[in-house]
Amino acid sequence: MNQSLEKGSASIAGAAGVPFLRVVGLRKNYATPQGPLTVLRGVDLALPAGATLALMGESGCGKSTLLHLVAGLDEADGGEIWLDDVEISALSDERRAGLRRETIGLVFQQFNLIPSLTVASNLAFQARIAGRLDPAWQKELTARLSLDGLETRYPEQLSGGQQQRVAIGRALAVKPRLILADEPTGNLDEATGDEVLALTLELVAATGAAFLMVTHSSRLAAKLDHRLLLTSGVLTKL
Amino acid sequence: MTLLSHWRRHPASFATLFIGLAVATALWSGVQALNQQARSSYDRAAAVISGGGLRSIVGAQGGPISEAQYVTLRRDGWKVSPVVEGTARVGDVALRLLGVEPLTLPRTSPLATMEGVREFKAFMTPPWRALIAPETLAELKASEGDRPLTDRARQLPPLQANPDVPPGLVLIDIAAAQDILDRRGRVTRLMLAPKTEAPVDDLKAVAGEELRLVEPEEMQDLERLTESFHMNLTAFGLLAFFVGLFIVHASMGLAFEQRLPAVRTMRAVGVSQHVIMGAMLAEVVVLALAAGTAGMICGYAIAAGLLPDVTASLEGLYGAHVAGRLAVEPAWWISGLAMTLLGAIAAAAVGLVKTYRMPVLAIAQPLAWRQAHERHLAQQGALAAAALAVALLTYLLGTGLLAGFIVIAGVLVGAALLLPLALAALLVAGESRARSALSQWFFADSRQQLSGLSLALMALLLALAANVGVGTMVDGFRKTFTGWLDERLVSEVYFDATGDAEADRIAGWLERRSDVTAVLPFWKAETRLAAWPVDVFGFRDHATYREHFPLIAAASDVWDRVHAGRAVLVSEQLARRTRLAVGSPVDIPTSIGIWGAEVAGIYPDYGNPKGQLRIDLDALLSHWPDVRRTSYSLRVAPDQAAALIRSMQAEFGAAIGRIIDQSSLKAISTRIFEKTFAVTAALNSLTLIVSGIALVASLLTLGNQRLAQMAPVWAVGVTRRRLATLELAKILLLAAATACLAIPLGLALAWCLVAIVNVEAFGWRLPLHVFPAQWLEVMGLAILTSLVASIAPLVRLGRTSAADLLKVFANER
Repeated sequence: MNQSLEKGSASIAGAAGVPFLRVVGLRKNYATPQGPLTVLRGVDLALPAGATLALMGESGCGKSTLLHLVAGLDEADGGEIWLDDVEISALSDERRAGLRRETIGLVFQQFNLIPSLTVASNLAFQARIAGRLDPAWQKELTARLSLDGLETRYPEQLSGGQQQRVAIGRALAVKPRLILADEPTGNLDEATGDEVLALTLELVAATGAAFLMVTHSSRLAAKLDHRLLLTSGVLTKL
Repeated sequence: MTLLSHWRRHPASFATLFIGLAVATALWSGVQALNQQARSSYDRAAAVISGGGLRSIVGAQGGPISEAQYVTLRRDGWKVSPVVEGTARVGDVALRLLGVEPLTLPRTSPLATMEGVREFKAFMTPPWRALIAPETLAELKASEGDRPLTDRARQLPPLQANPDVPPGLVLIDIAAAQDILDRRGRVTRLMLAPKTEAPVDDLKAVAGEELRLVEPEEMQDLERLTESFHMNLTAFGLLAFFVGLFIVHASMGLAFEQRLPAVRTMRAVGVSQHVIMGAMLAEVVVLALAAGTAGMICGYAIAAGLLPDVTASLEGLYGAHVAGRLAVEPAWWISGLAMTLLGAIAAAAVGLVKTYRMPVLAIAQPLAWRQAHERHLAQQGALAAAALAVALLTYLLGTGLLAGFIVIAGVLVGAALLLPLALAALLVAGESRARSALSQWFFADSRQQLSGLSLALMALLLALAANVGVGTMVDGFRKTFTGWLDERLVSEVYFDATGDAEADRIAGWLERRSDVTAVLPFWKAETRLAAWPVDVFGFRDHATYREHFPLIAAASDVWDRVHAGRAVLVSEQLARRTRLAVGSPVDIPTSIGIWGAEVAGIYPDYGNPKGQLRIDLDALLSHWPDVRRTSYSLRVAPDQAAALIRSMQAEFGAAIGRIIDQSSLKAISTRIFEKTFAVTAALNSLTLIVSGIALVASLLTLGNQRLAQMAPVWAVGVTRRRLATLELAKILLLAAATACLAIPLGLALAWCLVAIVNVEAFGWRLPLHVFPAQWLEVMGLAILTSLVASIAPLVRLGRTSAADLLKVFANER
């Protein structure tokens, strides 16, 4: 395992500190009518707390799959995923859900807010089900995400940029140790996207969490500490 | 092809649409087949009995016509043919005897050309022949050539099956009928040949005031009496049809919504609006015809399954015989399919109009849910208020059975439309009181799902309310009926002698016995009041009646007045129909003229389609001197009733036409009662099943949308098992809340049935009893229905893989 870790650590050269996220030899296949399709062929990755990493690659190369596996949303066909000293890939569905609830913040391109809840309820949702609601932090997030005055609105009454800010707030409210973002600015115009990402990075820095973002944009990727390219099922450094 | 491919990709939506249309058609057409079957049986009976819509001459006071009067008319050139009618029992089967005289039958009468009647020699000479419907022959468990004994201990002529004879009728020569019915020298009426000029004045010139002309409509009592029963069936069929259309509307709406992007793309690449609309309309028509045909076949099966119960109900309630083998006419197929087609087009109308009006460049996204939902709720509230206002106005201003059904329809539709508003209010209250994030989401999400489930929940509400309403009425009726039977059937033994002389002999013997404490004659005459058939019973003054006979309203000295021979007791339905109250004068046609009497009391007479009068026995004998004097009830210690019956049978044998003890009579009455409502129970269950299907359909069609709503909750750390549990809890909560609302609605329905419909339809009003145990049953039924309806959607949710949920988030893999 140490050998693998070293190999994984080498893939984000320059990352300092003990890795919080460690991925070792991760493999994932999909069944298709044409036969099994391998999207991850032994991915190794290490990401320390407080580090930010951009994951790039062509459409369909497996970036989102890697992100979902790390979040415990999907199960790998081989390899290991460690969050601190917990091996996610060995946990039951229930334990993975618990880990996700308390440790991971997720941000999606489509925002994926809960349409039946207000902005305030969406923001607090994950923190409340994790039993970790901090009203002061929630208030600060609301203010810093410029959501003041919008708390009683519903997602459908917000613009795309506002919805994504709520999604980021929801992910951060639980004070996660790892934030996973899948094309978080993909549905926003360039200016709004830049603004949302800057805000996200600022808040991530405030929490000290590790940040892994899937993106197509080299321009946005450049704003993060590290960049990796996923091609042919393996990661290479950019 | 592009539009049709939608169904290939959504087989569940297609199945629910098809099933919805088929079920709606099945229940509607099934009920119509039953109604048609019954009506055609009445028509056959009416055509045979009235001689094909011929006018008749009857006794002016409702009494028989003497053969001398008949001969006088014939000599005066009147083309009349004599008819003798009466009833006879063979075992448990009541038969209507129709005695005709073939040589004088008008040529247009279906009887004149009927096989068997035309063979004059065999028909008109002893031992004669009795023509009978094959199903009645089977009911008698007899074979052709058999000569069963009637309750008057007379043998019927050899039976001969004839499919042209209506069920329940025995067609015989007039001489044979007079013999069997003890009516020698008398006939019931005279059939008048068509195109006979028969002015009333001419008849008066020949027969004085003794005879009168009646139009054929007056003969069709059966059709009139059973009208309310068929209207009830139709109302149930219509309810089930609309519940079925709810399913169709829901699945059609979803299909149109899902296909909007495809339609937009087609329009963008140059397919004209008319071509798209034509294709969609054609699709609806083809679907309606295919599902409608399947539904008609199921409808036939349902009707065939329910026919024995309906037959039993009609015979029990009205003494109406309905052919036991289901035969449907082409018109049934055409009208059933037309109804389905119109229903399907109506259910698809909103989607079609939306598609037609949609601009090419509209953004392909569904209307904001909250905005649309709130507007929809407001519209439903306004419609509900309108429906309830119609119900109230009809109740205040309307009269008649139709008005009763409009009140019920208004209340049901109004309540159904209010249901989503009530449930939304309940969920808002729940959300505001919820402590945890998950329970808050549970209520908020339930509210969001409400718009998709509301049609199915409305269907469930209607089905449950119908269960409560009809159940309350039937159980209330059962309770009242049982109590009423106890009061009414006080005597321990009842018997009919085969003739007046035999009855006299038996009564004399009974009066000498020490174990018999009272021998109470109840002799019956027949008359008509306000054109309705009325039975007149004469009874003797006795404590049995004074102490037990149930009365609804009475003068203070009711029994003394009646037995003074100047006053009568009137059954509730007759009193309502003729607007009689205690103290009202009433002119009663009798054998010897009009008897001006007074109403001294009104009594309940549940389940009797005919009117009834109870008068002093001596008054009966003086006004109807030729009345049959053969029926008696006996007071005896209950434990000696069986021994008395055995002694009577040993002593008098065949002189006793029928003898029965109190408990057997009660058991027969209760059995008839239970059979009467068997069809109602069956239709109730079918409506509930349809609402269950509607719920399954809605849950399945919502399934895909649900993934998008649940995936974010799952992603932030709620397990799939927990989500499935919450999903089930949500359906159970909504079903239980719907059941809670169905209970008061059902009671309102029961009140409408008891206070409006029954009074209009049958002429009697029942006290409204409530049965809390039944409410628990309904709550259980709602939970069970929703549990069963949830199985398929929950299994589907349980099988949803992480990959399916991830599709909600993934833009790529």
